[in-house]
Amino acid sequence: MTTAPTDTTDSAAFEASLQQFVGLEIGVVAVAPDEVNVPMVRHWCEAMGDTNPVYLDASAAAASVHGGLVSPPTMLQAWVMRPFGQGRDESESNPYSQLTKAVESHGFTSVVATNCEQTYDRYLRPGDQLTMRTVIDSVSGEKTTGLGTGHFITTRQDYFDGAGERVGSMLFRILKFRPAPKPAPAAPKPLRPRPSLTFDHLFWFEGLKQGKLLIQRCAECGVLRHPAAPMCRECRSIVWDTIEAGGRGRIHSFVVVHYPQIPSIEYPNQVVLVDLDEGVRVVANTVDTNADQLVIGAAVQLEVRMCDDDLSLPFFKVVQS
Amino acid sequence: MNSLHDTDVNVGDQLAPLVLPLSRSLIVATALASRDYQDVHHDPTLAQQKGSQDIFMNILTTNGLIGRYITDWAGPDSIIKNVSIRLGVPNYAGDTMTITGTVTSKQDGQIVVGVVGANSMGNHVTGTVTLVLGATGQGGTK
Repeated sequence: MTTAPTDTTDSAAFEASLQQFVGLEIGVVAVAPDEVNVPMVRHWCEAMGDTNPVYLDASAAAASVHGGLVSPPTMLQAWVMRPFGQGRDESESNPYSQLTKAVESHGFTSVVATNCEQTYDRYLRPGDQLTMRTVIDSVSGEKTTGLGTGHFITTRQDYFDGAGERVGSMLFRILKFRPAPKPAPAAPKPLRPRPSLTFDHLFWFEGLKQGKLLIQRCAECGVLRHPAAPMCRECRSIVWDTIEAGGRGRIHSFVVVHYPQIPSIEYPNQVVLVDLDEGVRVVANTVDTNADQLVIGAAVQLEVRMCDDDLSLPFFKVVQS
Repeated sequence: MNSLHDTDVNVGDQLAPLVLPLSRSLIVATALASRDYQDVHHDPTLAQQKGSQDIFMNILTTNGLIGRYITDWAGPDSIIKNVSIRLGVPNYAGDTMTITGTVTSKQDGQIVVGVVGANSMGNHVTGTVTLVLGATGQGGTK
């Protein structure tokens, strides 16, 4: 009977396997296709906006601490960049490809460059012929970062002149990581509570969907009533029709509701009891109204607003009377 | 272009900020001048397909601009010994990067300047530059 290795063993074996790559040289020695030369320095300085005269002005360079023209130190890497159209060496014999595959096989498929450290032993001069060797400098254990969990891989490039003297070096660090899961999409805004619709007041909500605030009217005696009810309180008739409110009124009373807070309601939750010009009272929220405008007797104007696809409600805004 | 000397510099000195509008042309021109032909530095369509909002500055250029920033301040008689940077948010075309610097150390003839290049999304680069200033009386072009 065999037992599956525990995760810890697996992970320890994987971590150990990554360390085998440290110190291995990547690929062949890169040879700069061109010796260090003034035209390429000129392109660099133009693009960077670098006006340091020691790069392009021979007499100023001669008078400087450098004693002659030099190449911008940060241009070091540019001399050995891969030619246009030539891809990375991804052959299986390349230890860097093997390392990359190993970490990718554990899910660390994304990549981001994190650090670059260049050290200059001396400034390069026109005529210098560079070569460069790359070594895998270090592979970190598993790290958790803001981007996700992964391994830092650091390569070291050493640059040599024609005499084989080192002129500079560069440590370049990338993070191979498993992308952190994307945050769940924001929950949809909760909807306002649904009215429990009955035959008696269905017309009122339907009217609002069409942008109208309807007032129920007794078809016998003409008395207006709100909230909706099946029977006229004056003449007991159950026959009714509606009129559309003009939308103007005055604050009869108001309250600002602080507690409990309901997610679907916007705060401050200002509730007004409005005496419509037609003579009935309506309860509603305010819009575009500051707390200091909430005054009993203040003139208000109706605005019917759509709260969601299935619900429109009346709102009132304090206006100049 | 004047050169600074050791005696001109003190820990805590602040370098004048360099405000750099990141035009599409700048991103492309600097990528090509540094021989970096990766498509994310010049092709907006491919950059977007790879998940970026636009083309963005390559790392060689970030180094190059920091080098320029330092010698703009220190002058032609300065010698940069080391540039160590940590990369943050990308420098997308259309944004603006402001580079600032502060002298953080002065020891044994070496000056260390802490640099930050920030854009609208945060720090694109933070790092240090170690340099030597032309010594007084050694033929510097003061």
